[in-house]
Amino acid sequence: MALKRKSKQFKWLRKHLLGLRELSAEEITYILDTAEGFEQISTRSVKKAPPLRGKVVVNLFYEDSTRTRNSFSLAASRLSADIIEFTKKTSSVSKGESLLDTARNLEALGIDIVVVRHNAGGATKFLSRNINACVINAGDGFCEHPTQGLLDTYTIRKIKGTLEGLKIAIVGDIAHSRVARSDMWAMTKLGAEIIFVGPPTLMPPQVRQLPVKVSYSLDEVIEKVDVINMLRIQFERLGGNPFPSIREYSHYFGLTVERMKRAKPDILVMHPGPINRGLEIESEVADGRNSVILEQVTNGLAVRMAVMFLVNQAAAQQK
Amino acid sequence: MSSELLIKNGRVIDPANGIDKKCDVLIVGEQIAEVGRVEKPVQTIIDAAGKLVVPGLIDIHVHFREPGDEEEETIASGSAAAVAAGFTSVVCMPNTNPVIETETDVEYIHRKGRQARKTHVYTMGAITKGLQGVELAEMGFMAEAGAVGFTDDGRGVQDPAVMLRALKYAAMFNVVVAQHCQAENFTGNGVMNSGYYSTILGLPGIDPLAEEMILWRDIQLIKKAEVRYHAQHISTAGSVELIRAAKKDSLPITCEVAPHHLLLTEQCCAEYDTNYKVNPPLRSEKDVEALKQAIAEGLIDALATDHAPHLQSEKELEFLTAPFGIASLECALGLYVKALIEPGVLDWPGLIRMMAEKPAKIIGVDKGTLGRGKQADVTIINPNAEYEIDVNTFRSKSRNCPYHGWKVKGKVETTIVGGEIRFESESR
Repeated sequence: MALKRKSKQFKWLRKHLLGLRELSAEEITYILDTAEGFEQISTRSVKKAPPLRGKVVVNLFYEDSTRTRNSFSLAASRLSADIIEFTKKTSSVSKGESLLDTARNLEALGIDIVVVRHNAGGATKFLSRNINACVINAGDGFCEHPTQGLLDTYTIRKIKGTLEGLKIAIVGDIAHSRVARSDMWAMTKLGAEIIFVGPPTLMPPQVRQLPVKVSYSLDEVIEKVDVINMLRIQFERLGGNPFPSIREYSHYFGLTVERMKRAKPDILVMHPGPINRGLEIESEVADGRNSVILEQVTNGLAVRMAVMFLVNQAAAQQK
Repeated sequence: MSSELLIKNGRVIDPANGIDKKCDVLIVGEQIAEVGRVEKPVQTIIDAAGKLVVPGLIDIHVHFREPGDEEEETIASGSAAAVAAGFTSVVCMPNTNPVIETETDVEYIHRKGRQARKTHVYTMGAITKGLQGVELAEMGFMAEAGAVGFTDDGRGVQDPAVMLRALKYAAMFNVVVAQHCQAENFTGNGVMNSGYYSTILGLPGIDPLAEEMILWRDIQLIKKAEVRYHAQHISTAGSVELIRAAKKDSLPITCEVAPHHLLLTEQCCAEYDTNYKVNPPLRSEKDVEALKQAIAEGLIDALATDHAPHLQSEKELEFLTAPFGIASLECALGLYVKALIEPGVLDWPGLIRMMAEKPAKIIGVDKGTLGRGKQADVTIINPNAEYEIDVNTFRSKSRNCPYHGWKVKGKVETTIVGGEIRFESESR
């Protein structure tokens, strides 16, 4: 079913963005449409708009992050919010304070939006139940990373026009990837076909019950797909060694110049970053003409502005 | 003269003696004096018309957290909860802090139990020192002090050589060796059943095989030892098949099932409510059905709550980090009625068998029946009384109970321990 590009009558009601699994296609489309409106702010000479003026956004990051964190900070500042940066290393968390206590303390300071990254799946849902501020999931364990899923979807839609009917491969460590999950939920809802590609040891349990196809051979998939999203091997989450060596992994699942020769000429090469050059993707491909890796980063800003704008608006209306 | 207590006109169910009829139970002193028609003037008479009069219920798997975590539960609070739930005997698990691994530790538990004056409090001792799975604890001395079995519950004994040694050694003392079946290096940091739900929730899973491979291994090991073996809280369809085969081979094996594995599934974890985080984890619909089927067939010996109290502040953590455990001792009977009697899996005699007679046999105590001369542990149940489970009324110190708000049937009216009325419900 093709969705109308501009969903004018739609009313956004969620004060949290916890994941894309629970969103409808209409809601996802609405965020993407809203993001389009915000994209031009970054091209103006005065790169600011007032919707979050007087609001306080906390970046509550329990895991390392460069891209997502900076993107949220910048998005908040573009919307004129005040920003508190919170990292595990420099806070009371290192003194044993629980997530809930930390959040409650921050809330006592009068915050409006909490952007949370945490190593536990469901941590953001848990927070949203226990505090009044808006909660935006910036990655929880290997559950979801909804703004990444949205910006990936946004990037594809912007270039290809629609997600409908596209074949999209997501390659690598699916088991530990929240990006794969969020991409899957968003993109399948908008009509794309997802193929998870990687060794069986990096597939999650019951992967066959997910709305995706599964392939253990990148070579079989590479010719068929319109988009390929290369995931980073998350060595910090692996545990054991799910493949014998990096060399062997790259041999089967690396996006090499050789493999790219067999891909569709207009294939989009994506990567959520940070990239390990030469491991899952060769430099020449990462920097090549099909790569939209940096555009993803740029689009992320607009998407995150849209998300903060929408949850804040919903919260204001619920008051 | 000993005090006399007469329970009149109840439906007396005593599976061990094949009794299920309307009659009276006379208690003299600490003992059952007579079961039948008793026309005799006695000082205290309890009218049990319309009620069930059964051997005192026995829960062979509770965590009372004492010593070490008295903020979560104490032997006093736990046994108050137990007696209110109709349990006249409980068996504490040894994974306290410090671990119950010496005769002194065992005596400490018994003393605290006696002081609480609620229910009989038994304990199992650790199989290995510090539950480390390496060196055997002093099973002999603990058995002499009254430990009713051994387990490293909370974890399983991982090393097969150590487990075999424990099984062989324990055979000297005629005590049961109980195992929490779980292969740790296969479980990893799993927090819920491995499957579709763990995948979409982004939580590390625990594969049913982690339980089944240890159970399978132990079944092989007990063939080399002459000891009674008890599989604690089995949770999977695969485990049921292993038990079925082992019993067919007449191996000395028993097993228990916890209420949550009969009532809840992995789907309950979908909202990351940590009150559903339990080990072994909640499994699939298929596993629940297999366990119920096994109970109907008589393959499962005992029902045991695995009552595992935790502080609210501990459960108010992310699903990944919150502790495992469900506190269900106080509503156990109603849960079993819902899981087993209402759908017709068991009748009342069948349930009482699994809650009194068989548990007593597993731990080797002369209880679980209303035979003449036996210690007078009796529970009186109103089978039709419906009530709503409310954690705020719990005598247990903890509230980590996912059944809050459930409506259940089957209320304990009176609990008699050693001839003494230790609990009477307000509605009496």
